[in-house]
Amino acid sequence: MPQDHLVTAKELSRDDIEAILDRAVEIADDPSAFRERHADTLLALCFFEPSTRTKMSFDAAAKRLGGETVDMGSVESSSVKKGESLADTMRVVEGYADAIVLRHPSEGSAKMASEFVDVPLINAGDGAGHHPSQTLLDLFTIRESAGLDDLTIGIMGDLKYGRTVHSLSTALTNFDARQHFISPESLRLPRSVRYDLHEAGAQVREHTDLEAILPELDVLYVTRIQRERFPDENEYRKVAGEYQIDAETLDDAKADLSIMHPLPRVDEIAPDIDETTHANYFEQAHNGVPVRMALLDRLL
Amino acid sequence: MSDTELRVSKIRNGTVIDHVTGGQALNVLTILDIDGSAGEQVSVGMNVPSGRLGRKDVVKVEDRELSQSEVDVLSLIAPEATINIIRDYEVVEKLRVERPDVVTGILACPNTNCITSGSEPVESRFEVLPDGVRCEYCGTIVREQIAEHIESQ
Repeated sequence: MPQDHLVTAKELSRDDIEAILDRAVEIADDPSAFRERHADTLLALCFFEPSTRTKMSFDAAAKRLGGETVDMGSVESSSVKKGESLADTMRVVEGYADAIVLRHPSEGSAKMASEFVDVPLINAGDGAGHHPSQTLLDLFTIRESAGLDDLTIGIMGDLKYGRTVHSLSTALTNFDARQHFISPESLRLPRSVRYDLHEAGAQVREHTDLEAILPELDVLYVTRIQRERFPDENEYRKVAGEYQIDAETLDDAKADLSIMHPLPRVDEIAPDIDETTHANYFEQAHNGVPVRMALLDRLL
Repeated sequence: MSDTELRVSKIRNGTVIDHVTGGQALNVLTILDIDGSAGEQVSVGMNVPSGRLGRKDVVKVEDRELSQSEVDVLSLIAPEATINIIRDYEVVEKLRVERPDVVTGILACPNTNCITSGSEPVESRFEVLPDGVRCEYCGTIVREQIAEHIESQ
């Protein structure tokens, strides 16, 4: 990483990714060895949007490194409600903490915030933009289950607004990965992500249905098709049904296909997949703590 | 004296921006932040015949010499433009527009959810691509009708 921030996955080289994932393996293998590694450090959690997994895993990661966290609380109870700009909030918070984790509903918010602070800033989701720390735990999970080279991955669902997809697909260009994007036409990858993939020379194909490509996949990364993106409920129902999978859907899949999902899921992955060996999404969520510990260890 | 020069009178001192893409003259003035409020004398010729472009616009700004960096942003909407610096009715310098790497504070991001679209203290910043521009904050790429996104329009 060229600077002490993590704003987008574009900043992550293959060496960066491997170093962080290797450190995460060390941490997962022996968490007690890292218990006091960052004692006396304080991590600010600034979440302008609701979050469960990301916020809690950063909180847990900081504390498992011996540090503490300070939480901005809900937007309703903060100075944002009084009209304070994000830039001002960030300049105040940098005086309180050694690093900042920011989630904000506007695209580019983390990039802007990083220009106002000197402490490390981690983008924990900027609108429909990016979510690079999620990508690191996704890559950790993929590496554990299928390896990161000679990988065939399907990424399915809301590719247009899915920030985890944007960061993951960008990061995968560092590896020998064949990426298949499966979505309704209306939720295809945005132009900016396709531009980056093209510039990186990525092996990319786009599909509107899963069936034909499923047998080739080592990993199927599913995202939620977000009801709120559709002006017409009927249009949502029509496409959402096409992108739900259950155990029967996977009849033609490889035996070791890994199903991933950044969570929360609604109905895109049926519960009957949970008990199969394909289900990897809860493990993926658990990986958030050691991976974010490794990321904090690098930035603090 | 050419037909173009007859339509738009010569100036004594200042800048002549020639070979502007037809219909873009007012956008050129917007990019250069020239609205006449500072007392500038400005002459505009629109859709005048041009051997090279078919139709072109010409902008003459009196008593103001544009810098290279100022004219470079014109490349976004007038890639063929030529700039003549005039002193005492003579052309003393000719500049060609060159595509800059970045344009700041000129274009508004069309993504209404971009952080630059709100009230934050941040100027828009676009990377200039071979075939468009890209917001450095949200990544949005604009390829068509860039002039529509000039901020002060």
